[in-house]
Amino acid sequence: MKTILSAEKQTMRDGLSKTMLRLSQEDENVYVLDGDLGTSTKADVVADNNPEKFLQMGIAEQNMMSAAAGLATTGIQPWTFSFAAFLSKRSIDQIQVQIAQPKLDVKMIGGYSGLLTGLTGKTHQSLEDIAIFRTLANMVVLAPGDSKEVEKVMEFAHQYDGPVYIRVARDAYPILFDDDYTFELGKAITLKEGTDATIISTGTQTSRSVEAAEKLEEEEGISVEVLHMPSIKPLDTEAIVKAAEKTGAIVTAEEHSIIGGLGSAVAETLVEEKPVPVVRVGVKDRNSESGPNEAMLDKYEISPNHVVDAVKQVLKKK
Amino acid sequence: MSTLLQEEQKNLLINKSKEARKQLIKAVNHAGAGHIGGPMSAMDLFINLYFNELNVSTEDPDNDNRDRFVLSKGHSAIGLYAALAVRGFFPIEELKTFDSLDSRLQAHPDMTILPGLDMSTGSLGQGISAAVGMALGAKLQNKEFRTYCIVGDGESQEGQVWEAADVASKYKLDNLVAILDNNKIQQFGWNAGNGKREIPAVNAHGRWEAFGWHVIDIDGHNHEEITNALHEAKQVSGKPTIIIANTVKGKGVSFMEDTIKWHSRVPTDEELELGLKELEAGV
Repeated sequence: MKTILSAEKQTMRDGLSKTMLRLSQEDENVYVLDGDLGTSTKADVVADNNPEKFLQMGIAEQNMMSAAAGLATTGIQPWTFSFAAFLSKRSIDQIQVQIAQPKLDVKMIGGYSGLLTGLTGKTHQSLEDIAIFRTLANMVVLAPGDSKEVEKVMEFAHQYDGPVYIRVARDAYPILFDDDYTFELGKAITLKEGTDATIISTGTQTSRSVEAAEKLEEEEGISVEVLHMPSIKPLDTEAIVKAAEKTGAIVTAEEHSIIGGLGSAVAETLVEEKPVPVVRVGVKDRNSESGPNEAMLDKYEISPNHVVDAVKQVLKKK
Repeated sequence: MSTLLQEEQKNLLINKSKEARKQLIKAVNHAGAGHIGGPMSAMDLFINLYFNELNVSTEDPDNDNRDRFVLSKGHSAIGLYAALAVRGFFPIEELKTFDSLDSRLQAHPDMTILPGLDMSTGSLGQGISAAVGMALGAKLQNKEFRTYCIVGDGESQEGQVWEAADVASKYKLDNLVAILDNNKIQQFGWNAGNGKREIPAVNAHGRWEAFGWHVIDIDGHNHEEITNALHEAKQVSGKPTIIIANTVKGKGVSFMEDTIKWHSRVPTDEELELGLKELEAGV
């Protein structure tokens, strides 16, 4: 069986830095605000190539986010860059009171999300950002699955008037989308058809979910649909209900805590609209550590094999 | 001391301050909730800004070139509302809706519903950062407007205030003026050991100077000094200015002055009547 996953891998940071530089060159109102992590998030590309549009805000996330709100009221579209962990926890009050509540046009790029953050450990990993951001009224919460989707999502955010949080990751992932792909807010994307169960995944966990689905089909003859959810808020509840009606068994998969993230959002929808068995793949309410990628995925139960096991588990509940 | 303030304008400011203080205590009495002490200490600052300094228009409150004002100590909202009403941004009658359901006069300022508010505040430390963003936005886009921000002395315990101070200085925001409402009392504060609770003495002047700001110390209830300080700030180049306005919490009503009790106490009808009399008499 032919895989839809590319052999070549690209980091989300590639698509991100390229797109950020272009937007800063094309739109006089676009400015980049950096919480002194530019060399990690790759916002440094703007500092190096379009320095007039780069504002170093120092290691002070709270001030950076409130200042972004002030900038937005003067007609500037600030793109704020930090780690997902710091945006979602150090400056969430500033984001709520001064950006989300007044619905100001501020973009937030949360780098180094999830578990695989280059050996930085639990202080820098982010397993709660989806849960935190999606509880804020007026927020748009996006978790693209590859470098190309990062570009498309950023183009959308540039056109959208209001707060957008974009969750990106550090390392390289297979390419899922090509240039023709169009991102639509609040719409899920079927990456693989299937009839026995549906994996609903987001962000970096999508390529692992595709890998799991292809393995299940090839090795076990189980037909698994993969529904990618780049838009966590607003959520494509219609697609979730349709999947539940079609396959009657749902696995959710995310590089995030199983509490409050995509799995919770999907479960909330299904409980109210179409109750079917659900198994959530994610980090199970525990603190993590630093370690090599493959070992981390395995220990914290989010590897493709864990997705495979979750599908088998949910099928037994059908 | 030389003054830039003509006698007639000075009398106007004194009268408007008096009128706004009366409206403020009436509104808190009517709502049965709200702060008194902080809004009273900051009232001469509000009035001087809105009648003597800010380039703003009640007809065109969202004008792109207007001066910006951010009340970082957002819990003094009712003081700002009273000043805005007296200035004509909305009917004085509307002050009666303060804190009630569907009112534009929320307990803490909500920029999305009340014309004339440039930023939502209430969670302390955030307003001054937003003001830094506004001043930076003016610089980046070569806009002429200036940005003003009132910060509380209790509020200055928030670390974010100093993040903002640091970045404002780094970007040389000489179009930004912060005013510290230095009333020396916070909600509960520290035990001063003399039966009172207070904000421990901090070297505000030295702190702001160390962050690279131009610092001016004044009596925050003296309209001549406020006017002169705001004028001086305009002459400063390459750094932001902070005016340390030494004020009295609850200023204007004897029994509300300099007492922790009136941080957020609601005056009874009797206290209101007495307060209005005192304000009218100018005690």
